[in-house]
Amino acid sequence: MDFFDTFLNMAVLRRSLPMLLDGLWLTLQLGAASIIAGLALGLVVALLGLYAVKPVRLLMRLYIDIFRSIPLLVLLIVIYYALPFLGLRLSSFASAMTALTLVSGAYTAEIFRAGIEAIPHGQFEAAEALGLNQRQTMFDVILPQAVRIVIPPLTNNSINVIKDTALASVVAMPDLLKQATQAQALTANPSPLIGAALIYIAFLWPLVLFVSYLERRYHGGRRA
Amino acid sequence: MSYVSIRDLHKYYGTYHALRGINLDIGKGEVVCVIGPSGSGKSTLIRCINRLEDFDSKSEIRVDGTPVVPGRALAKVRAEVGMVFQGFNLFPHLSVRDNVMLAPRRVRGTSRADAAKLADQLLARVGIAEQADKYPQHLSGGQQQRVAIARALAMEPQVLLFDEPTSALDPEMVGEVLDVMKSLAGTGVTMIVVTHEMGFAAQVADRVIFMDGGEVIETGTPQQVLEHPTESRTRNFLGAVLNH
Repeated sequence: MDFFDTFLNMAVLRRSLPMLLDGLWLTLQLGAASIIAGLALGLVVALLGLYAVKPVRLLMRLYIDIFRSIPLLVLLIVIYYALPFLGLRLSSFASAMTALTLVSGAYTAEIFRAGIEAIPHGQFEAAEALGLNQRQTMFDVILPQAVRIVIPPLTNNSINVIKDTALASVVAMPDLLKQATQAQALTANPSPLIGAALIYIAFLWPLVLFVSYLERRYHGGRRA
Repeated sequence: MSYVSIRDLHKYYGTYHALRGINLDIGKGEVVCVIGPSGSGKSTLIRCINRLEDFDSKSEIRVDGTPVVPGRALAKVRAEVGMVFQGFNLFPHLSVRDNVMLAPRRVRGTSRADAAKLADQLLARVGIAEQADKYPQHLSGGQQQRVAIARALAMEPQVLLFDEPTSALDPEMVGEVLDVMKSLAGTGVTMIVVTHEMGFAAQVADRVIFMDGGEVIETGTPQQVLEHPTESRTRNFLGAVLNH
């Protein structure tokens, strides 16, 4: 009895629901924007890292390694609290999106690189022998095949990005987590936090199942 | 008049000297078969002709007078030089028809309708018109290689390079691919064929080239090279191949 009153108090949950939904909407916007920007960034970085002149290739390698090494929370705090000293003041949403995009872009670049490198060399040769230029070879022959390979790990990365949006609450962005902690403070009851956790799970569990399905299908299908 | 001319062709893999000064002139419409033991450099040789392999900068290859050097001219050469690979290398994400249509559309700017018409004609020519809507992985090896030939023909190449086109095939499918190749010989297209099919070489080639150790050892009509070889290395190779 006590347990439900404390952690799943329906009256409290009902009262805080509008706040949680506001937060959810912001979380989804931040997640979607960061995922899309990260995909674009990652593809460009992967292509430059594979095919540009050597200094650019090394630069891309450096970018990938640095942004896979730096903790997202540290990056976010640097962007939000340190950059203003350089005169660059970003909103909490822009800060969070920048941090998430930079990190997601690094992981996405690695995923695209692996996907492109998994395409047999004969595919490149066949395209070149037909007279296709490098861009046509990439967009007509290689990437359409690589996309198949990279969809499971990209979906996985997207799940991570959505989860990491919760870090934006530390730079005062009223996302799902922030709204939940505020609702908890207002109601003096932790039920909104449980509610937020359940909402995260409700959104991410299907994606997790989708990745498992894709991985099973990929390994069961193509390798056979 | 040589259509493909190769002058002092050298190729190194690191320190390994894979091609040791090849000189060849191949005329327009000529059918040349390149034979020799594995590791003799015969595949490397034809892969240099469309520069899938880089080669020594002092060597020179010209196709229809154009030097095969990296840059803009290379795309032009490649559009004139078709290639058929041992492993087919069809595009698995495209239907058979789209495989044939891709290069004419992208490189020549052919309209979709014209490219589709061309593809269907070529697929009929290689005897697989009814497979046009299937995907390559649903075809047999022999059918896949015939699609690959149609794909190469779609660019209306002046030269066709065949890199051991039947070596990856089950024995019962070798004939259907060789038949298509025979039908191309004498149509004006220059064919350079790396092969282990001595019967095909004897029957179709205008000239047979025997390579060993990165060099051309002997060259001549099929009769000269296959029946009356003058070099002992040629005799040894033919002895080993034909006695099995």
